[in-house]
Amino acid sequence: MENLSTNEQQHKKIHWKLVGRLTKGSMGYLVLGALFLLLAIIAAYIVPIVTSFTVDYVLGSKESNLPEFVMSVINGWGGRDFLRSHLYICAIALVVFTAINGVATYFRRSCIAHASEGVAMTARNALYSHLQSVPYDYHKHVSTGDLVQRCTSDVDTVRRFISMQLLEMVRTVVMVAVAAAIMFSIDTRMSLISMALLPLLFIVSFVYFKGVKKQFTLSDEAEGKLSATLQENLTGVRVVRAFGQQRDEVDKFDACNKDFRDKTYHLCKMLAIYWGGSDAMGYCQIALSLFAGIALAVKGEITLGELMIFTTYTGMLTWPVRQLGRILADLGKASVSLGRIDEILSAPVEEEPGAALKPEIHGKVQFKHVCFGYDKYDDVLSDISFEANPGETIAILGSTGSGKTSLVQLLQRLYVCTAGEIDIDGVNINDIEHGHLRRNIGIVLQEPFLYSRTIMDNIRITNNSLSNDDVYEAARVACVHDVIESFENGYDTVVGERGVTLSGGQKQRVAIARMLMQKAPILIFDDSMSAVDTETDASIRAALKHRRESTTTFIISHRITTLCEADKILVLEHGKLVQQGTHEQLINEDGLYQRIARIQNALEEELKQEGGKADE
Amino acid sequence: MSNTAIKEQDYEKDTKVDLSIWKRLFRYVFRYKKATVALILCNIGIAIVDIIYPLMSSYAIDNFVEKGTTHGLGWFIPVYLGLVALQSSGVFFFIKQAGRIEMNVSYDIRTEAFRKLQELPFSFYDKTAVGYLMARMISDVGRLSEMMAWSFVDLLWAATYVIGVVVAMFVKNWRLALLVMVVIPPLAIISVYFQKKILKYQRRVRKTNSRITGSFNEGIMGAMTTKTLVREEANYSEFKELTGEMKHASIRSALLSALFMPIVMFLGSIGTAIALYKGGSELMVGALTFGTLSAFISYATNFFEPIQQLAGILAELQSAQASAERVVSLIDTPCEIIDSPEVIAKYGDSFNPKRENWEPIKGEVEFENVSFAYNGGEKVLKNFNLHVSAGETIALVGETGAGKSTIVNLVCRFYEPTEGRVLIDGRDYRERSQLWLQSSLGYVLQSPHLFSGTIADNIRYGRKDATDEEVHAAARMVHAEEFILRQENGYDTEVGEGGVRLSTGEKQLISFARVILADPRIFVLDEATSSIDTETEQLIQDAITTVLDNRTSFIVAHRLSTIRNADRILVIRGGEITEQGTHSELIAKRGYYYDLYTTQFSEEASDAILSEK
Repeated sequence: MENLSTNEQQHKKIHWKLVGRLTKGSMGYLVLGALFLLLAIIAAYIVPIVTSFTVDYVLGSKESNLPEFVMSVINGWGGRDFLRSHLYICAIALVVFTAINGVATYFRRSCIAHASEGVAMTARNALYSHLQSVPYDYHKHVSTGDLVQRCTSDVDTVRRFISMQLLEMVRTVVMVAVAAAIMFSIDTRMSLISMALLPLLFIVSFVYFKGVKKQFTLSDEAEGKLSATLQENLTGVRVVRAFGQQRDEVDKFDACNKDFRDKTYHLCKMLAIYWGGSDAMGYCQIALSLFAGIALAVKGEITLGELMIFTTYTGMLTWPVRQLGRILADLGKASVSLGRIDEILSAPVEEEPGAALKPEIHGKVQFKHVCFGYDKYDDVLSDISFEANPGETIAILGSTGSGKTSLVQLLQRLYVCTAGEIDIDGVNINDIEHGHLRRNIGIVLQEPFLYSRTIMDNIRITNNSLSNDDVYEAARVACVHDVIESFENGYDTVVGERGVTLSGGQKQRVAIARMLMQKAPILIFDDSMSAVDTETDASIRAALKHRRESTTTFIISHRITTLCEADKILVLEHGKLVQQGTHEQLINEDGLYQRIARIQNALEEELKQEGGKADE
Repeated sequence: MSNTAIKEQDYEKDTKVDLSIWKRLFRYVFRYKKATVALILCNIGIAIVDIIYPLMSSYAIDNFVEKGTTHGLGWFIPVYLGLVALQSSGVFFFIKQAGRIEMNVSYDIRTEAFRKLQELPFSFYDKTAVGYLMARMISDVGRLSEMMAWSFVDLLWAATYVIGVVVAMFVKNWRLALLVMVVIPPLAIISVYFQKKILKYQRRVRKTNSRITGSFNEGIMGAMTTKTLVREEANYSEFKELTGEMKHASIRSALLSALFMPIVMFLGSIGTAIALYKGGSELMVGALTFGTLSAFISYATNFFEPIQQLAGILAELQSAQASAERVVSLIDTPCEIIDSPEVIAKYGDSFNPKRENWEPIKGEVEFENVSFAYNGGEKVLKNFNLHVSAGETIALVGETGAGKSTIVNLVCRFYEPTEGRVLIDGRDYRERSQLWLQSSLGYVLQSPHLFSGTIADNIRYGRKDATDEEVHAAARMVHAEEFILRQENGYDTEVGEGGVRLSTGEKQLISFARVILADPRIFVLDEATSSIDTETEQLIQDAITTVLDNRTSFIVAHRLSTIRNADRILVIRGGEITEQGTHSELIAKRGYYYDLYTTQFSEEASDAILSEK
């Protein structure tokens, strides 16, 4: 984690630009959702009014306090007597307004679902495509786990914020406003009493959830520790048994298990106090408006129906207001998540060369005084010059850390050289579009990566249009066809996390087959047969030789049999090209190549001695 | 073994609710009798108070508002506030007790399952992935204890509430009650239907979500390959398809729940409308009071909540069935390797050993007509015979899958012979306890496993009571002290989870020191194949020589230098010994060993030259 910060404070500010980018295309849904929300709330508030009107005006004999235009309609029908004889109208009105509320609620949620899922999709796509277009160097410096977490849980936090919290906030605020407007239009005193405890309830929840955060974290951490301890035990089960440490392991696990239990139980007790306490407050508020309402109704200052409105509204408002406190306390989370997403998205992407040429590539490679270092102070390669012609095989030999891998990665422009230039067929690779460049250079890594899909799909991943026979043919060249056929599902075997795990050597050979499908004029084998036994190695090379006539091949290897067949051998030491030439030339020069080549003699020497011993 | 491994894919399936499994699980809950009784009483109490509230309002309307008097309000207010107090304290105790039961039940199940995991043989671990066990132990257990503590009680609350409301309505006015209740059956059916569907959709969303996580993982881990294959565009368009699918599934799932609530509300409002219409008509003819009408309206309005909850819990129960089965089957997995009761009586079990009765081990090992097959598969060993004297060093060579590891695992009694016997010091090892043998065993794995903690903790792993001086001496013996002292805090340096902060070679040296300190009689080395630099390689070589000294040793070796010095080299092919003898004898034979030696010699020699600094 070098270039991704973990500092929460830095993320606290809201990233408006990102918000704008993510909500693009979802804004309409959000606005529409808000309109439906308003409609639903209004309909929901009318339901108790219908009841109250029925009780007061129709059944009781009080005056109605409905707006005039409604009353004129009702009077037009025949007023109270008409409704008394047609009471079902009131009942139907009740059902109709509930239905309106229901339909509006449905559309509101539908709009919000479209908006929040749309934002999540935009965010996921943006992250994925961005992570693919950052330079390779980026991935070497950040931890996979952290990136995945940002791409999944942080995106989810943002999604939930929109789908639940944002809406809930708006809803509560609108509800309080509308309810207040209706209640105040009926009776000011009663309204004040009905909302008296609500601010307090809100503050209590807000403060409580701000404060209890620490306890939640403690419990989460304890659970994390429990998981880690368990995982460690399960992966190390052989060591545990071999040392007979079962008892101590049980004790260790028990300590974590207890700790998690106790911390979570403590949290539970704190929550119990909160829920119990805030329930008490909420019900006191309801009781308060009931008592006051009764007193006023007895005095005749409000009607029975109005009393029912007040108590119902109080009930409708209390719990959302309590919830609002909690939401506001958690609000920071979403902006922290946004910040973490923004950080990935603002990493610079790989630059496409200005010229972006797409020349036809034949395979003549020239390194001209090439220098390279991952940072300014450290030269990995310095002043490398050599030439490779189409059809030639270039072997590269060097000790660990001598710069072999960097050299071939430069050719693919996975890194850019700091000085000098690399030409292919006379064109500087910095002027070639990198997709075109890479498509024309096939590379097999020492630890190749296979996608988790079938072997068939893996091999023809660069070109789906190729036939099965092409795939078989490539697999045969890579000496892996028989291995694949021996699997239960043959070429349809899924590899990777969700399927079969291949051995190192099998992976290398599948990767070779995959590269062959590319039909590139330049091939690179980055120590990519190290896990394959020598015999198979030889037969793969023989088959390859047969296929390639004009391809330029780079092979990094330390197998003398591989090296001596090359047209040219490059010997690297500490980032410098110390020797180059053919087998015949280098065998007679004092150096690394000679030492490797002489191992064979040493073996024969030793066997002779052993033979002597056995004869004695 | 991957084909027999339990796969994660199909672990969320609806299965028929099997009550016997739940009965088995509820035994954990009933261990906390007092808390359970308190919990049940709290819930019934809360439900009753919930039912009483509308009755209170109804009373107030009829006796105060309608009569226009405040007479009696003097006792009404305290009673009402009393109810509030009763309910809030009910909620408080409910949450507290439920939390207590939840945490204790998960604690108990995890403790029991963990003990079980410490006893299960390696054949179990061969076919069960660590991730699978983690999911069972953490999420399944968590989910089940949560359900047992909260959901079942909610079920009780909902049931009590529904019954209470029905009773209250019947008492007040049975004809109106019957009418209002017409909406219950459709409400119940629709609720169950929707809850099931919603769960199904949520599951699909979760599945797609885990595929997205997988894609991110792949995109990041395979970044280099993607670049070299120029797969960026193709990958992205596949990924977009996946996120599109996710969006689609999530919206469907959201729409389903969005549809469910309004339908329930609508049905509820029909109940209210019936109450209003019929009740209102009766009220006009004086057959009903205003209070009763208001109580009916409020019951009808609030009715859908418990019914919806009931449906939700039933659906959840069904989907948790699979979790329950998996957890129970983990706890009930039979142990294939167990000590007989007589052996336990004499030697103690793995958790309470009776060390005073243990005979010292000399280290003579004998295989007598041993046959072995993994999990009922094909026989890896057939009628295998081998005698190893105390103190002898045996190297095993041969191709992967030839049976080398099987032989050493049988020596360790990590597996037991399917047929035949393994004798230690002349007696079948099944006549002694597993711990007796394994306490005298030194075992160094191919990939060294360290536990989180300090370097000293790790060296001390096999003998917790060793002094610092002994720990240092062990480290010195395997030449590990030099690099340990180079660490920030020397012996007290934290190694990080799984030893992430150390190189493989360093971890290997620590694991040798760990073995030296435990001072085993029988030593097993499953040698590392991973490349280590020559310097460390030399140190490890010296360490091995130190460890082997005077102990019966089995070495599954890849490096020629280790093999060459063994007292006896066994070439294993197809579960049989095809060649055996000393290095010189086998070279003279010009067989498999000769070929292996000659091809590997140059590989190792060039590796050595190339990794020189």
